[in-house]
Amino acid sequence: MKVSYYPGCTLKSNAKNFEGSTLCSLKELGVEVQELKRWNCCGTVYSLATDDLIHHLASIRNLIRVKEAQTDWVMTLCAMCYNTLKRVNERIKADPESLEKIHKFMDEEKVSYEGDVKVRHLLELLRDDIKFENIAKKVRKPLKNLKVASYYGCLLVRPKEIGFDDLENPQIIDNLMTALGAKAIDFPYKTECCGAYQTVDKPDIIAERTFSILTSARNQGAEVVAVSCPLCAFNLDYRQKETAQKYSEFKTMPILYFTQIMAIALGCEEKDLHFDLHYVNPKPMLGQKGLI
Amino acid sequence: MRTNISKKQIRDNFVQKIEEISGQKLLVCYQCGKCSAGCPAVSQMDILPNQIIRFAQLGLKDDLLESKSIWVCASCYTCNVRCPKGIKIAEVMEALRQVLLRKRCDHVEVPKLTDEEKASVPAIALISNFRKFTS
Repeated sequence: MKVSYYPGCTLKSNAKNFEGSTLCSLKELGVEVQELKRWNCCGTVYSLATDDLIHHLASIRNLIRVKEAQTDWVMTLCAMCYNTLKRVNERIKADPESLEKIHKFMDEEKVSYEGDVKVRHLLELLRDDIKFENIAKKVRKPLKNLKVASYYGCLLVRPKEIGFDDLENPQIIDNLMTALGAKAIDFPYKTECCGAYQTVDKPDIIAERTFSILTSARNQGAEVVAVSCPLCAFNLDYRQKETAQKYSEFKTMPILYFTQIMAIALGCEEKDLHFDLHYVNPKPMLGQKGLI
Repeated sequence: MRTNISKKQIRDNFVQKIEEISGQKLLVCYQCGKCSAGCPAVSQMDILPNQIIRFAQLGLKDDLLESKSIWVCASCYTCNVRCPKGIKIAEVMEALRQVLLRKRCDHVEVPKLTDEEKASVPAIALISNFRKFTS
């Protein structure tokens, strides 16, 4: 199986752990990954103003790159990239008039974008194309009932049009964790926003959100929280510093990308997991469970 | 606290502009409050999401544009998915921010951020913050 891959900016810098663990996992699963040529930043957020077309152009250029790669779909990992690219794609498909205007900006592009490319997330590939039961068969290091609370955040599940799972009670990452031999811990804050971009000028808000989300996961018995978005990972991991300063009763919680957990189960080497990029060190907990 | 309600405010161009930029019909809202019940940022807000819609229906321009609420919103879309009338409250929040941003009234002043502040967060946070809070 060959897959066209759009990494986005963060996966090449702060979230090398997300990319590294994904690429080595997909290698174990027999998937050939082809990174998109000449990709650019997607813009991070989808502009909600109806008259705003200019902020969609960055995403559209990426969709043109997918067409240039002669493939009809592209896989993303970053939840923000997924949400932005997919929403732009859907908007353009629904509004042929704006497509006309956009073509005028794209005159130097050799390929014309017609809304004929699909944006998919890694989780869809794992669930629908490879199938969880086949991933389970390739597990080399069972996770010995590691108690994982899967945190979905916002942009992977909302709005309904782009989501690939139930938006109030998603189960997809939990099901993957179960297939890998972990114990999926459900908790009520799994789709509650981490605060996202408020982290830049209002880190206090993030401390409050991180406290609520991680305390809830801990209260349900979680040993680790699995995330699927680099901004959520930053807020729930690095902002534990501010959270501990604000709330004396706060206990730290290791944060891992769901792909790092999958990579461990599939027998990937530690060098691909980039544990040095974490604030709360996950190694003591993983070592204690005998997983590394 | 005195709130003045008048036909002049309701028929003001401001209300039309909000509806245009957001693409939402404000009078569809019947104030059920599910948006506010689901919003994770309410503890930081001065005007709650359902109140934002009511204020917008009544053309209370100054209260809305001076509110803290529109700047603590994280565009998480919980309000959108909970609304029984299908109103996109997140889009209304964006329209209110845009009215100010399009006049170059930025919420975050980029030149005032120190190199340390900028280096302490990943690029994804800076870009999304600047997209929502600056012009």
